[in-house]
Amino acid sequence: MISTLSFVHSGAVKRGLQASGAIPSRFTVGDAAVQPTVGEPFSDQARMSCRQVNVYYGAKQSIIDVSLDIGRNEVVAMIGPSGCGKSTFIRCLNRMNDTIPGCRVDGTITLDGVDIYGKEIDVVPLRAQVGMVFQKPNPFPKSIYQNVAYGPKIHGLAQSRAELDEIVETSLRRAGLWDEVKDRLDQPGTSLSGGQQQRLCIARTIAVSPEVILMDEPCSALDPIATSVIEDLIGELKSQYSIAIVTHSMQQAARVSQRTAYLHLGKLLEVGQTERIFTRPRHPLTEAYITGRFG
Amino acid sequence: MTTSTFFLAILVLSAAAYTLGLKRAMAVAKPAGGLSRLHSRPAHYATLTALWCALPALAVFSLWLALEPVVVKALVVADLPEELSRLSTGRLNLVYNDIKNLVAGNFLGTAADPALAAAAAHYRQLKTISQAALAVLVLTGALAGTVVVHRKIKPTLRARNQVETIFRVILFLCSSIAVFTTVAIVLSVLFEAIRFFQSVSPGEFFFGLKWSPQLAIRADQVGSSGAFGAIPVFLGTVLISAIAMTVAAPTGLLAAIYLSEYAGPRLRAVAKPLMEILAGIPTVVYGFFAALTVAPLIRSGGSLLGLEASSESALAAGLVMGIMIIPFVSSLSDDVLNAVPQSLRDGSYGLGATQSETIRQVLIPAALPGIVGGLLLGVSRAIGETMIVVMAAGLAANLTVNPLQAVTTVTVQIVTLLVGDQEFDSPKTLAAFALGLVLFVATLILNIIALYIVRKYREQYE
Ligand SMILES: Nc1ncnc2c1ncn2[C@@H]1O[C@H](COP(=O)(O)OP(=O)(O)O)[C@@H](O)[C@H]1O
Ligand SMILES: [Mg+2]
Repeated sequence: MISTLSFVHSGAVKRGLQASGAIPSRFTVGDAAVQPTVGEPFSDQARMSCRQVNVYYGAKQSIIDVSLDIGRNEVVAMIGPSGCGKSTFIRCLNRMNDTIPGCRVDGTITLDGVDIYGKEIDVVPLRAQVGMVFQKPNPFPKSIYQNVAYGPKIHGLAQSRAELDEIVETSLRRAGLWDEVKDRLDQPGTSLSGGQQQRLCIARTIAVSPEVILMDEPCSALDPIATSVIEDLIGELKSQYSIAIVTHSMQQAARVSQRTAYLHLGKLLEVGQTERIFTRPRHPLTEAYITGRFG
Repeated sequence: MTTSTFFLAILVLSAAAYTLGLKRAMAVAKPAGGLSRLHSRPAHYATLTALWCALPALAVFSLWLALEPVVVKALVVADLPEELSRLSTGRLNLVYNDIKNLVAGNFLGTAADPALAAAAAHYRQLKTISQAALAVLVLTGALAGTVVVHRKIKPTLRARNQVETIFRVILFLCSSIAVFTTVAIVLSVLFEAIRFFQSVSPGEFFFGLKWSPQLAIRADQVGSSGAFGAIPVFLGTVLISAIAMTVAAPTGLLAAIYLSEYAGPRLRAVAKPLMEILAGIPTVVYGFFAALTVAPLIRSGGSLLGLEASSESALAAGLVMGIMIIPFVSSLSDDVLNAVPQSLRDGSYGLGATQSETIRQVLIPAALPGIVGGLLLGVSRAIGETMIVVMAAGLAANLTVNPLQAVTTVTVQIVTLLVGDQEFDSPKTLAAFALGLVLFVATLILNIIALYIVRKYREQYE
C-alpha cells in the first residue's frame, strides 16, 4: 500500500512539511480588490489545504485567489453557477489540469502538509492518493474485474493474483456493487447500468487506496434511485476518506456534505457548515444562488 | 438540335416558366387577401412551374436519344436495294457505317456506289425530319407542362409539398443510377466468368497449380496449350498484400498514435496534410519508384548478402505498396483514436496511469474495432492495387513464397490478359473475368466485414 507521503520521491527534500507552518491560518488581505471569503474556509484537521490558488487557461483566469481546506473524514460540497470554476478547482487537487495544454496553476496546495505542485512530486502516486470520479461514468473497455484491477496493477499494489482478487472484492464491496456483479466479473464494464457504472468507477478509485476522493458532479447523469444509492455510499465513504464533491443540486449538497463552498465567477465567496449555508447564508450572492434567483 | 442547344433552350424556357409561375402566384394571392393566404411561398409555385416545364422536355429528349438511331436505321435499311438489305447482319452494319461515313463526309473509298449515295441522302433527310420533330416535341412538352401548372396555381395548391416530392424522385433516380451501374457491372462480370467456367472447370481454376494462359494461335504451335490453375496468382496476391500490410499496419498505427496522442497542434497541422499528400500520389508514380529505385536496391542488397534476388520481386512491390497504404491506415486509426471519448483518458490519468499506459491499456482496446476495420480496408486496397505490381512484381506466375522472386497477382494477370488484340470469346480473355470476379468477391467480403466492425464500434460510443 502507498504510504501517506509516498508521492514524494525518496531522498527529495520534504519542503512541503516545513512550508505547512508558513501557511497563513487566517486570510491576509494584501490586495484590496480581492474580497476575503466569508465564513470558515479552514479546518483544524485539514488533509488538503489550498492557499491563494489561481488558475489560468492561457490568458484567461478561471480561479481567483481561492483558499480552502478539506478536513479529515469530511465531505466538502462545491456549489455555484455553471462555468464558475468548480471543475477547474477540484481538478487542481490531483493535478488533472496538467493534462490540459495552456493551463497554469499558482498558489499552494498541500496534501498532509506536502506541496503537491512541488518539483520533486510525481503525479502518478499523487493521483493514486487523490482519486477522482467524473461526471459521466467512464468505465474502461475492459471487464468489470479488470476495470477495478487496472489501478492496483499500474501501481503494483498486489503481489499475487489472490491479493489482487482481494483488492477488487474489497473495493467493489465498499462501492456497494459486489453483490450485484460478483457473478459476472468477466463481463464488460460497459454492460452495467449507468448507476452501476458510476459505482464501478468509484470502486476503481477506491482500489488504489486514496486518501482524498474528488467527485465532479457524480450523479448528474444518473436517475434519482441510482443517485440516492451513490449519496448513501458517499455517507459511508467519508468514514475513511476526505471527499470533495461538485454538485449542481443543492439538495444533494445538503444531504451529503458537512461543509459547503460557494464559488462565483472563479472566486470563493462563502464557505461554512452546510446547514448554516443553506439556512443563514451571509453573502448576498450565496443567498441569491440558494434561493434560486440565478443558477 | 444539338445537345447543348437543347439544354440551353430548356434553361431559358424554365426560367421563363419560373417568372410566369411567380407572377401567377402573386396574382392569385391578391384577391385571396395577400401572400399569407397561399399554402406555399410564391417561390414554390414558381419552382413547380419551372420543374413541370423542364421535366417533360427532358423526358422527351431522353426518349429521343434512345429511340432515334434505331428508328432511323430501320427506315434506312428498309429502303436499301434488295441485294444490300439481304446481307447478313454483320455486313449490313458495315454498309450502314459506310452510309453514315458518307454523310459525315469522311468516306475514303473511290467514287461512291450510287445505291449508297441514295441511302445517304435518305439518311440525311430522315435526320432533318427527326431534328425538327424533336424541336417541336420538346417545345410542346415544355409549354404543355407550364400551361397546366400555371392554370392549377390556386391559393390551395400544395406547391411546397409537390416540389418536395419531385426533388425526392430526382434524388432517388440519381442514387439508383449508381446502384444499377454496380449491379450491371457485377452481372456482366458474372456472366463472362460463367462462360469461362464452361470451358475451364472451376476445380482446375481454383486448385490448379500452373498458370499459363497463352493459347496456341495456330494448331501446330508447340508449348502453348494454356493452363488456368490460378493458385500461383492468388498466392502472389496474398504474398504481396502480406508484405504490404507488414509495412503499413505497424507504421500506420504507430504514426496515428503519435499524431493523435503526442504531437502538438502545430506538428499535427503540418503532418496530417503531408500524410494526405502521400495518399494522393498517383499509384503509377509509386510503380516506377518501386521498379526503378526499390527493386534494384533489393537486388543489389540481396547479392551483397549472397541472396539471389530477381530484378522484379514481390518484396519491392510489397514494400512500396505498404508505403502507399500507410496514410490510409494512419488516417483511419487517427480518426478512431480521436473518437475515443476524452472521459476515458481522464479516467485513466485520474488513476495515475502514464500516457503510454493509457494508450496501451485503454485507448487501443477502446479503438481496436475501428483500427481492425481500417486495416481490413487497407488489405482490400492492397489486393486491388494494380499499377505498382504491374511495374514492379513481374509477370511470371511462380508458385513461391520467396519475396525475392518475381510473382504475379490477380490484377496483373487481368491486365496482361486483356492488353492487346483479343478474341472476346477465347478462354484466355474470359479468364480475366473469372479473376475479376474473385477479386471483386474478396474485396467485397473484406469491405463488408470492415464496415460492420467500424459501425459496431461507432455504436459503442454514441
Ligand atoms: N480546457 C479549458 N480551456 C479553456 N477554458 C476552460 C477550460 N475548461 C474550463 N474553462 C473555462 O473555465 C471556466 C470554469 O469552467 P469549469 O471549471 O468547467 O466550470 P464549472 O465546472 O463550474 O461549470 C469557464 O469559464 C470555462 O470556459
Ligand atoms: Mg463542471
